[in-house]
Amino acid sequence: MSLSVSLTVNGVSRTIVLDDPRVTLLDLLRERFDLTGTKKGCDRGQCGACTVLLGGRRINSCLALAASCDGAEVLTIEGLAQGGALHPVQAAFIAHDGFQCGFCTPGQIMSAVGLLGEGQAGDDPERVREGMSGNLCRCGAYVGITEAVLEAGRVLAGREKGTAP
Amino acid sequence: MYAFAYQKPATVAEAVKLLSADPEAKALAGGMTYIPVLKQRLARPSAVVDLSGLGLAGIGVSGGVVTIGAMTTHAAVAASAEVRRAIPALAALAGGIGDNEVRHRGTIGGSLANDDPTADYPAAVLALGATLRTDRRTIAADGYFQGMFTTALEPGEIITAVAFPVPEKAGYAKFPNPASRYAMVGVFVARGPQGVRVAVTGAGQGGVFRHTAMEKALEKSWSADALAGVATPAEGLNADLHGSAEYRAHLVGVMARRALAAAG
Repeated sequence: MSLSVSLTVNGVSRTIVLDDPRVTLLDLLRERFDLTGTKKGCDRGQCGACTVLLGGRRINSCLALAASCDGAEVLTIEGLAQGGALHPVQAAFIAHDGFQCGFCTPGQIMSAVGLLGEGQAGDDPERVREGMSGNLCRCGAYVGITEAVLEAGRVLAGREKGTAP
Repeated sequence: MYAFAYQKPATVAEAVKLLSADPEAKALAGGMTYIPVLKQRLARPSAVVDLSGLGLAGIGVSGGVVTIGAMTTHAAVAASAEVRRAIPALAALAGGIGDNEVRHRGTIGGSLANDDPTADYPAAVLALGATLRTDRRTIAADGYFQGMFTTALEPGEIITAVAFPVPEKAGYAKFPNPASRYAMVGVFVARGPQGVRVAVTGAGQGGVFRHTAMEKALEKSWSADALAGVATPAEGLNADLHGSAEYRAHLVGVMARRALAAAG
């Protein structure tokens, strides 16, 4: 059976005809759209490496059938930087060594963008750790990740107030 | 995943028709359990009927009842100002399921239809004496849960909403598995129109159950002290590498006291 799926990916409208409904959103992004920044880790919703924003909310793209996402807006790691300027979360991950091998990093960053958008962490490190608990880092860069998310939160809050650099 | 046909109906009636016409077809809600099940080839449905187009998400409060649409995500319940006001313990429970990525997709209806013995929602539904609405009837919580992964749902029957009577007091506490956050033991206590009800999830081999000895003790006195002499038999409780049945029995008491403290 063939299924037509229309998505807005990183601001670009895309339509694709799937020959098989088993394609996940993750596989659609990586193998059909060549957006390989989103990583496949466990492929069963436990590691968070495949985190993207779907309609502004962070999800495991490995656990969503692409067909189920018809009509949705998707934001991946490739859509964060604007004209060569890094997103504040990306810049903060670099500044605070929020990674080692880098495999989980796109998922970590997308999860952090989602967390900051939800406004549920504030400047509390424990709430940031809890809010990022769906994203595993086997290198153990958690200390840097927490610092990066806190700093990015301050930068984004400053921008909203118009006091950021 | 084995091959399957994909259907995304737009109405409940159409979904019921698809599921009833083909016993091998399965309903898909948020997919947080079912997609991994498919990936591990533990199921081989002829068709997957996606329920996300039925308009079953949403929360309403009226006449002392909180009604939550079956496709409402855990994140939506956790963040709902109405649920937090009416039944804060229910919002807190929803906010402690899995992680944020899971809470943005997983649904209350999916969780209840699956009836995982370590799921959180069954404890709330049973302790609060909720009513499950389906495409064809209403089912009281006491008659709904029939053992691990087993419910009163008929083939092709779809949960459309869950109605929770607002309690005077309610609290939930769980001992989460350290890696996956499922409830090794979770206890939901409630005092309301149906009296005192205590439901235990995670611990029982037969899934969620009511702790009648605790209910009797708390009817007399709504306090942690009242539970001091109440025993929880280890018989029939789960035992695995995370903890013995005796350990879980002990945790039931600890979680019940924490749930009471949370309920106030």
